Amino acid sequence: ETQTKCGTISLFSHLHQYSRKAPLTQQLSIPSTVIHPSIVRLGLQYSQGIVVGSNARSVALLHAFKQVIRDYTTPPNEELARDLVNKLKPYISFLNQCRPLSASMGNAIKYIKKEISNIPSQFKEEEAKTKLQKCIDCYINENVVLAAKAISKYAIKKISDGDVILVYGCSSLVNHILCEAYDKSRKFRVIVVDSRPRLEGREALRRLVQRGISCTYVLISALSYILPEVSKVFLGAHALLANGYVMSRVGTSQIALVARTFNVPVLVCCETYKFCERVQTDSFVSNELDDPDDLMVTRKGKTQLENWHDVSSLGLLNLVYDVTPPDFVDLVITDLGMIPCTSVPVVLRVKNLEQ
Amino acid sequence: MGSAIEAKTHKNMPGADKEADLTERIEAFLADLKRGGCGTGPIRGSGETARETTALLRKVTAQARWSSAGDLMEIIRKEGRRMTAAQPSETTVGNMVLRVLKIIREEYARSRGSSEETDQQESLHKLLTSGGLSEENFRQHFVHLKANVIEAINELLTELEGTTDNIAMQALEHIHSNEVIMTVGRSRTVEAFLKDAARKRKFHVIVAECAPFCQGHEMATNLSKASIETTVIADAAIFAVMSRVNKVIIGTQTVLANGGLRAVNGTHTVALAARHHSTPLIVCAPMFKLSPQFPNEEDTFHKFVSPHEVLPFTEGEILSKVNVHCPVFDYVPPELITLFISNIGGNAPSYIYRLMSELYHPEDHDL
Repeated sequence: ETQTKCGTISLFSHLHQYSRKAPLTQQLSIPSTVIHPSIVRLGLQYSQGIVVGSNARSVALLHAFKQVIRDYTTPPNEELARDLVNKLKPYISFLNQCRPLSASMGNAIKYIKKEISNIPSQFKEEEAKTKLQKCIDCYINENVVLAAKAISKYAIKKISDGDVILVYGCSSLVNHILCEAYDKSRKFRVIVVDSRPRLEGREALRRLVQRGISCTYVLISALSYILPEVSKVFLGAHALLANGYVMSRVGTSQIALVARTFNVPVLVCCETYKFCERVQTDSFVSNELDDPDDLMVTRKGKTQLENWHDVSSLGLLNLVYDVTPPDFVDLVITDLGMIPCTSVPVVLRVKNLEQ
Repeated sequence: MGSAIEAKTHKNMPGADKEADLTERIEAFLADLKRGGCGTGPIRGSGETARETTALLRKVTAQARWSSAGDLMEIIRKEGRRMTAAQPSETTVGNMVLRVLKIIREEYARSRGSSEETDQQESLHKLLTSGGLSEENFRQHFVHLKANVIEAINELLTELEGTTDNIAMQALEHIHSNEVIMTVGRSRTVEAFLKDAARKRKFHVIVAECAPFCQGHEMATNLSKASIETTVIADAAIFAVMSRVNKVIIGTQTVLANGGLRAVNGTHTVALAARHHSTPLIVCAPMFKLSPQFPNEEDTFHKFVSPHEVLPFTEGEILSKVNVHCPVFDYVPPELITLFISNIGGNAPSYIYRLMSELYHPEDHDL
């Protein structure tokens, strides 16, 4: 039982503690032989951190499902609509065990299941499969690609010349917005805030510097020093919850808090397919725990926390997400327009009615 | 070299060895101060720096040539300026120099026979009638002044040695059982405080690691060795975890004259998160960290260290195109602080100005 060490944080004992060292296949209840190979590959990519980011994970999931549908054949005496949905269930629980599903992935899966069950029974197999693949492509195009374009259009209205924009970590959407704004000849500079242990900001820094945007880089502990220079804060989101809370990478709530103290506007950019019906008020009840060994650092040849496993009263906590209260957020930019945080349930209702 | 000690012209006298030894000690001390400029903090803790400074000043008093209190104060001021110039961010050095100057003034006043209280109070009547203390130029010679000053400095040294224990003794009054306490980075005072409380109470400590130097790791290992339940979190998780924290106990580098803090970077975020959750913020700071500086000196407040701690040289291609900052300190305004615990007891931040007037004389504030 090396994985659940005796010092697991009691506050988080209801959550699964992830460890990169323990081989993945040992812990799974489903043998990987019955899972489609592209799903197995996807699961490994998730758990090793090769595919990260809400959008990237959903798009990878949908592409893997397209592959599954392509290789699917209806068994005799079975209807495609029901059987395919049942086939997908073990795949989804496999992926959930590799890494907990994100809200965007959850919504994508709901959409696919609905589309599959709506296939009319008179469709032949080839027709049904082509239709499903087209649906998936359409979903990706509408909710990820076109949404990004629409959000950039709105967001660029909020960027003026001479702005100093602060971003946190690596959000594909925020990077896209900044690159678009730079291409439209807005004059601004960017401050990238990063945090240990993931250090995702370095990736964002590389992408922005490649485009030619002038950037500054600091760690999150230097936030109070750098904020007086900042005119706007742009944040990405993992999900927007129905009570208006923003679920995002850990550290986002801190940035929003300190920005509010310095009276700097905070803008969250989020596509509508990431809105979810859950409600949450703190970062404890539902979160993800990443590998605690990532917190260790070697400085000047010495690793302070090297033997933390042997010390029973010492624990390491590596949270992945946190929730930001809506009073810290000034505006949410979505593909449906610029809305306040509290309008999330309205958008959810509108989307449900459309479907 | 400008040393106040005239070692060169008296090389063949028996006192010359002692003077050369003193100069050597001062030079070694200054070199240590200069080297302690990297972000991980001084090589020795601020308590040791304070004691070393006071010991050096005592030696200077004993060995330098002076005939009146005014001469001694000039010598001490000169040495003090040299020491503070070596490492301006290490304010304990300057604070100790000011304490010694106050001691000299007090001993002089006592030798003259005037009581201390009337000298201290600046009343309107005094200002109009006597023209204030500017008449006083400390030129009178007293035989026992040297011995008295050295004795007073010895008392100061004893006080300095006991500060950490004095603060730790108050721990049980502030920590109840089953509490969750948060702290930031590494502070020897807070470590002693928590270890003392852990002898009789069971509680849980969350340590924010304080990147990029990650001094929180050392603090966590030390606390866990004392069998205190410790958890290390990344700086980014401070707000996320704060809702479950009962108290925040931090140390600081300096206590400023308005009751604010100059503390390790990340402390301002902790203070804001604590205020949002209405969690009390307790600062454990011994009195020698109290400095007469105010926080509005923009260019002298911040100290920066090499940015390779933040973005290492391995990220070669983008390094030349990016600005990287690595500040060491944060300013925490006094409104965010609930309580100061020092070796003389607990105080609210609004009382700091009064303590300062007891420790330092207003004319010495600018060395």
